[in-house]
Amino acid sequence: MSAALALLTRDVKLAWREGGAVGVALGFYLVVVVITPLGLGPDLNLLARIAPGILWVGLLLAALLSAGRIFDNDYEDGTLDVLATGPLPLSVVAGIKCLAHWLATGIPLVLIAPLLGLLLNLPMGSIPSLMLAMLAGTPAVSFLAGIGASLTLGLRRSGLLLALLVVPLYVPVLIFGVSAVTPYVTGPNAIWPPLFILCALSLVSIVLAPLAAAAAIRNALR
Amino acid sequence: MISLANPTRFLGLVSVVLPWLSALVVILLGTGLYLSFFVAPPDYQQGETVRIMFIHVPAAWLAMFGYTLIAIAALGTLIWRHPLADVAAKTAAPIGATFAFIALVTGSLWGKPMWGTYWVWDARLTSMLVLFLLYLGLIALWQAVEEPGRAGRAAAILALVGAINIPIIKFSVDWWNTLHQPASVFRAGGPTIDPALLTPLFVMAAGFTALFVLLHLIAMRAEILRRRVRALQQTEVARAAMAEA
Repeated sequence: MSAALALLTRDVKLAWREGGAVGVALGFYLVVVVITPLGLGPDLNLLARIAPGILWVGLLLAALLSAGRIFDNDYEDGTLDVLATGPLPLSVVAGIKCLAHWLATGIPLVLIAPLLGLLLNLPMGSIPSLMLAMLAGTPAVSFLAGIGASLTLGLRRSGLLLALLVVPLYVPVLIFGVSAVTPYVTGPNAIWPPLFILCALSLVSIVLAPLAAAAAIRNALR
Repeated sequence: MISLANPTRFLGLVSVVLPWLSALVVILLGTGLYLSFFVAPPDYQQGETVRIMFIHVPAAWLAMFGYTLIAIAALGTLIWRHPLADVAAKTAAPIGATFAFIALVTGSLWGKPMWGTYWVWDARLTSMLVLFLLYLGLIALWQAVEEPGRAGRAAAILALVGAINIPIIKFSVDWWNTLHQPASVFRAGGPTIDPALLTPLFVMAAGFTALFVLLHLIAMRAEILRRRVRALQQTEVARAAMAEA
């Protein structure tokens, strides 16, 4: 337990203190949100309608951009070899690293989203549901990104490949994430079904992604 | 399956089967195309465009069949380390991707006269497009990793992750938007398609399946030979290096 906790704090600290980890992801998110109105025109009604979609797409892209860091540095300097032979099962190590990505990158992205929503004229009333949906869905984002990161370990130009591998897996998260904010069936309780599905997607990813990532890491270390 | 683990035996079997299978493909596709274009009546609503179905539907089935095959082969790679499983999965991916592409293109051409547009973000179209993207990801992963053994295991992991995800993706896009007609061949209470259209469809489906198997066997043979050449080259290089030293 203490080894797991130590690994988690180490990874979160590294992500925060290392230059160009969390900050770059947030900056990238900002840039994506800023260029969208420039491409679509400044019509505030249109922006308000598509704001949830843009915020989700930007979040997914920013998470993907930072996903390579989940395992890459530790793979390059040999830490991953040590962890693989250490007391923790490799799947637990992989899960903790994905969790660290969620804590260090996923949560800041969720926290900055309402602020970026202001730029897109996102109605104030939908901010709570946006935050809830993102909090429920981003664990799935981080853990699925972990699968992609472990599969592309040590490859050249792995960033683009990682996006190609992981984006299809993000389709359900994106669909239910957006529909929790703009319910197709309007009503006071319409947010709950997509929200529960997001939770389910996250839970499934938390259980299965570490297993897949551990198998992929073992394959890369061999 | 186990006796086929010997690639030489597998190659022998392939060379026996190939001529018969080729003949079967020619007969089935020839009959199927004749039935589709000359025998099947035009639909009372869709007119002649219904004939696109005879290409479109089998291609879509085969695209899904290809992914299923890859997922089963992935189990073979990871669990039993069957030496041919990786070869089977790797060579099935481009074929499956091609069938997915054919299904998308014919669907798009069919959509123009029927729905008035080449592309709609309908659930089935979207899930077929996502399947196509999964195929592209698999192919890209195989090409990005240089060592074949490592590439095979990485792709097998990805294929299994994709296989778990496909039902979820399918369910989510179904929930998202549905315009495509519901399943009309394999459904409780029998097919909703007239037998006059159903017979050519099944002949074409059988022909496409045989074509898939034929292309797959040829591709597997090529891949096995390619790996042998690679192994020979490596021993050659090693020998040259030894001689120099």
